[in-house]
Amino acid sequence: MKDFFRVAWLVVRKDLMVEARSLEVVSTTLFFALTVVLVFAFGLVREGTPVGDVSAAILWIATAFSGTLALGRTFERERQADTLRALMLAPADRPAIYAGKLAGMLLLMALVEMVLVPLVGLLFQAPILGHPVHLAALLLAGTTGFAAVGTLFAAMLVRARSRDVMLPILLYPITVPVMIAGVRGTAALFQGTPDEALARFWIALLVFFDVVFVTLALWTFEPVMTE
Amino acid sequence: MIDDFARLSVSSLSRHYGRRKALSRVTFTCDAGDIVGLLGPNGAGKSTLLAILGTLLAPSEGTVEYGTVTAEKGGAGLRARIGMLGHDLFLYPELTAFENLVFFGRMYGLRDAPARATAALDRAGLGERAHDHVSGYSRGMRQRVALERALLHGPRLLLLDEPFTGLDQASAAALVARLREEQARGVLIVLATHDLDVVDGLLTRELFLRNGRLMSVGTGEGPLRDRYHAAIMAS
Repeated sequence: MKDFFRVAWLVVRKDLMVEARSLEVVSTTLFFALTVVLVFAFGLVREGTPVGDVSAAILWIATAFSGTLALGRTFERERQADTLRALMLAPADRPAIYAGKLAGMLLLMALVEMVLVPLVGLLFQAPILGHPVHLAALLLAGTTGFAAVGTLFAAMLVRARSRDVMLPILLYPITVPVMIAGVRGTAALFQGTPDEALARFWIALLVFFDVVFVTLALWTFEPVMTE
Repeated sequence: MIDDFARLSVSSLSRHYGRRKALSRVTFTCDAGDIVGLLGPNGAGKSTLLAILGTLLAPSEGTVEYGTVTAEKGGAGLRARIGMLGHDLFLYPELTAFENLVFFGRMYGLRDAPARATAALDRAGLGERAHDHVSGYSRGMRQRVALERALLHGPRLLLLDEPFTGLDQASAAALVARLREEQARGVLIVLATHDLDVVDGLLTRELFLRNGRLMSVGTGEGPLRDRYHAAIMAS
């Protein structure tokens, strides 16, 4: 188990070092996420007031779309010099490589969300500071579920010619329950009278999805990558 | 950790992608100190065979035995005895050569990864540029770093996919000399190449492949180009 975490940490640290040098994934993902929110703001905010209760949905749409972009770019980097194969060759637990890539994705998406959440709060007058712990838990659990499936599929498709088309086609249908839970839970916090109990229910459901998705991904990563 | 092995046995190995057969019933054996060439036109199945030998791909049928263990049974312990240099070099261009080698050394569980990386880069003649980003290297320099990466953990089985691509004459000669050193140390080398003139005289055995089939096995007698034409073109 100690070796599992050592390898996962090596992969995360390497990913962070590479990203710190290039800033390629962070800059494109952040720019894309901001653009999505701004476009929605131009369409759905009239004289400083949002049309309807849309902030939760926009936050999760921006997270999902920018997350898909980040997944594609992160694994494109591993594809260019075929380094994912080099990682698979190492005498390490192959699921640990998956865990490292997943942790790197989570850190990246957390960074994007740190910018997205205040922006959505500002543009759509969402009460993001009303229940910060619940909101953070929703984002963490929802992002984990999304990234768990996305990391597996992006790794699986890394050598496929149509990977850019296939990733969203495979990813979105499977992560729809995560998105629905994330949107409903966040909407429960952003509504006029916040419903903490309902938010907690959606957080619990997201944690359940996370356990299922991460377990399945760890279990299937090696056979999927070598078949 | 598995026991070391001195023989590689491939038996009736096939790999299908849907209805397409990338490899079909390939059988051969080789021993420590052998340098085996996988020779054939594009699409012959050379890279697929290397990927299976490197445990990166599961065969559809047949077995590969590393000594007495299969890839399935050998797992991580077996992978610790395999080094591979891919056509795409397996290096992160954003990292320096030293950082690349240290990273992969640690992935292989080498406690002295920084010391080994320094020694390997000195051996490759890149000691002075060890802390330059790999993206700034020429193809030949990257190839040298990639070879050191594949050899860093002292593998028993070394797999090379087109190792001479993009190398000038001097670099190719240096690579040949390095392979002879590893051969003398008992490393079993399997390489896929189109550079027949460079490997003529280096190989102890040649496997001529076409359309995923093993057409014939050569043992190094006579000019390689003639034997290649006889095995691939004439059949």
